[in-house]
Amino acid sequence: MITLSHYLILSAILFCIGLYGVYRRKNLLLLLFSTEILLNAANVGFAAISKFYGDLTGQMFAFFIVAVAASEVAVGLGLMIVWYKRRGTLDIDTLQSMHG
Amino acid sequence: MEHMETYLYIALFAPLVGSLFASLFADKPKMLVTGIGTSTLLFVSWVSSVVLLMHVYHGDVVHVKMMDWIHAGGLYIPFGFVVDQVSATMMFVVTTVSTVVHVYSIGYMDHDRSFNRFFAWLSAFVFSMMVLVMSDNFAGLFIGWEGVGLCSWALIGFWYERESASWAANEAFIMNRIADLGMLIGIFLVYWNFGSLQYDVVFAQVDGMDATILMMTTAFLFIGAMGKSAQFPLHTWLADAMEGPTPVSALIHAATMVTAGVYLVIRANPLYSLVPEVSYFVACLGAFVAIFAASMALVNRDLKRIIAYSTLSQLGYMFVAAGLGAYWVALFHLMTHAFFKALLFLGAGNVMHAMDDELDIFKMGGLSKKMKWTMIMMTLASLALAGIYPFAGFFSKDKILEVAFAGDHYILWAILWFTAGLTAFYSFRLVMLVFFGEERYKIFGFHPHEAYRYMLFAMSPLAILAVIAGFFEHDFIHLVSYALPIEEYEVSHTVFWILVVITQGIALGGIALAVYKYSHGGFSKKWEETFIYKLLFNQYYIPKIYDEYICKPYAEISTIMWKDFDLKIVDATVDFIATSIYKSGMASRVVQSGNLSNMLRWMGVGLLILLVAAILYSPVR
Amino acid sequence: MIETIAFYLFSAVTIVMFWITVSSKNALYSMSALAAGMIMISGFFFLLDADFLGVVQIIVYTGAVMALYAFGMMFFDTTREVKENIRAPKLVFLLSGLTALLLVIAFVAPIAADHIKAFYPMVEGVENPQAVGVVLFTKYLVPFEVAAVMLLVAMIAGIILAGKKMDESLTLKIEEEFQEKGAK
Repeated sequence: MITLSHYLILSAILFCIGLYGVYRRKNLLLLLFSTEILLNAANVGFAAISKFYGDLTGQMFAFFIVAVAASEVAVGLGLMIVWYKRRGTLDIDTLQSMHG
Repeated sequence: MEHMETYLYIALFAPLVGSLFASLFADKPKMLVTGIGTSTLLFVSWVSSVVLLMHVYHGDVVHVKMMDWIHAGGLYIPFGFVVDQVSATMMFVVTTVSTVVHVYSIGYMDHDRSFNRFFAWLSAFVFSMMVLVMSDNFAGLFIGWEGVGLCSWALIGFWYERESASWAANEAFIMNRIADLGMLIGIFLVYWNFGSLQYDVVFAQVDGMDATILMMTTAFLFIGAMGKSAQFPLHTWLADAMEGPTPVSALIHAATMVTAGVYLVIRANPLYSLVPEVSYFVACLGAFVAIFAASMALVNRDLKRIIAYSTLSQLGYMFVAAGLGAYWVALFHLMTHAFFKALLFLGAGNVMHAMDDELDIFKMGGLSKKMKWTMIMMTLASLALAGIYPFAGFFSKDKILEVAFAGDHYILWAILWFTAGLTAFYSFRLVMLVFFGEERYKIFGFHPHEAYRYMLFAMSPLAILAVIAGFFEHDFIHLVSYALPIEEYEVSHTVFWILVVITQGIALGGIALAVYKYSHGGFSKKWEETFIYKLLFNQYYIPKIYDEYICKPYAEISTIMWKDFDLKIVDATVDFIATSIYKSGMASRVVQSGNLSNMLRWMGVGLLILLVAAILYSPVR
Repeated sequence: MIETIAFYLFSAVTIVMFWITVSSKNALYSMSALAAGMIMISGFFFLLDADFLGVVQIIVYTGAVMALYAFGMMFFDTTREVKENIRAPKLVFLLSGLTALLLVIAFVAPIAADHIKAFYPMVEGVENPQAVGVVLFTKYLVPFEVAAVMLLVAMIAGIILAGKKMDESLTLKIEEEFQEKGAK
């Protein structure tokens, strides 16, 4: 029988894969992919809790996360294009003009 | 009753209003209105005080609580004022002398650049003094006590451009701080043991108190009184305080502030009367200071310092009376002394004005021709000071001698008796040297002139009081009998008359000696070579001893502390903290690399820490 | 039984797909794996009776977002292998591993939440899309509208940033002007 804990642990694992990507990736585009994974991991957790507590609020949150993710992609991609046109690369290490 | 409260508040706050008004123009050039305004307000205060004095004459007491002041935990101190017979007497003395001094100062400070500032401080002083005498608890008394100390500091150092003036001001202030520490400890002890600072509450429970506690309390309170009243060994500041303007000397250092110590002992008489040891010490110290100060006055050449030493000496008399339990006599002498001593100082002010601030009495002489009225008033005051019948000083000083004799304290009596002779001698030495004899001032090229007429008019109330105040003795006894214990001293009629006669005898003898000697050229120069003369002239070398054995070692210790302790330990510690923070900042600067990937990793570390914390401290275990 | 098999199957595939996403050196592979993982996620939603969410997941993520990425990638040189200078890879492993461990510990612990009550309980016999619609358009109407505005804003922003005058960017031009001013 699959319980809530199964889903939550799955969600945690997916989240950490995303986290790993965020830490590791140096390419802006792939970094953005990793954040998508983070969001989706959270969505799985929300949907699971929604199911096991019989409450729709979790799904509502998931909807709004999807909406946020969509707008994030739109703006993020636009910024990336601008950046790419300027520098010809998407490497984060070239993106450190502000340092102490 | 209601309107009596109004009078109380008027008497108390009129000087404050005057002070605030004058302080508005403190840095402006002279404006006559500040002098007149403050004087008028003080006159108002005087009228209120007189009304209150009339009111309490038949035994009523005005007691008001203005507001709650401190109410924290178990500590409750209301801001209250009481006008009983003691404080009414003090208020009368303070307002009388200060009104006179204010009016006089308009003339005296005529050409001073800081005319307005002077009146601001002078009225502030009167306000503080009123708080001191009117407060119904030790805390309020202490506020006034510190207030007069502050104003005294500002007024001694009024001509702060002069090194000596600011030095004297600081000396007075520091000496008083030393004593105030004792006073503060005394007040703490009172609160600790009685649970209150209200006079009536405290005095109601003195009977069952432990003798040691009472002794400690009274002793520490008396240390405070010693500082304010310049008793030995804290006496040096008073003579140096003569650097201030003469009206200040008259008001603060003769008539009012220095008597605050006596007032404290009188006010706390239920405490002191239970500890005969401390009281007897007070009396002995008083007698010692009386003769000690008088001896220094014998040889001094400085007009104001002579009067200052005589003030010290008379304060000693008051403490003898207070220490022997004759509190009303002390208060009586306080009052009469205030009148004639303020008069003496104001007369000295006239002389100083005439002589262009020259103070050496050996450069004066023969001034009576030019300054007839000043001469008359100062002679009257000196007669009162010497205790000649029927002047005011006779009644109060004679009473003190009588008390000492009746209490079988023959040594004290002998000292005071001898001091009375010295007092008479130095008073008339001063009068003779200043006003009579050879006109030495001509050699030094002075052109003396009489003071403004209104200054003389302002002084006249004091002159009248110095003459007649003694005749109100019975009224005074009636007045204070409501507030202070009145004991009849059992001396037989014959003994009484004998005492009067021999006291008058030595006083007149002193006067006669002074008159005879100084009208025949004074003492020879040889006398100045003797050891005694040098000892007295250098004030028993006490200032020198203080300087050698207290000030200099203290300065050395301070230097050591500064160089070894402060610089090497305190500063080094502070610098170490600062540099370590600075270095850690430099070291952690790398974190701010601007690299997104690094920042994300740091964020991950933070997330990890938060997770650990959440698991460790989760409410559900 | 089928549910269990489906859960483990989907879990395995999703984890593998996402792992490829975060570790592949080729951006194209990465994107394809991400799209596959998204689809698998929607499988979980169907398993969890969140039909509508599952559909939205497919349409929005796999349809819109991935298409957007695909278009976006046309601007970048994606055939080349992505070169990444990864510093301290062990630290990365350690960080994410520890986080995973802690999260798992936290979630394995029995959840003492008996008192949790559903705000909007699911009603028996009502289809999920219907129930979602009712809640979304009543209680969550304002957030819904705000989300709509946000999407519109994001769309305009995307168009302006990426679309206007493809060869000479507005932002780029401004910076050049700044640099010229600075040179003077």
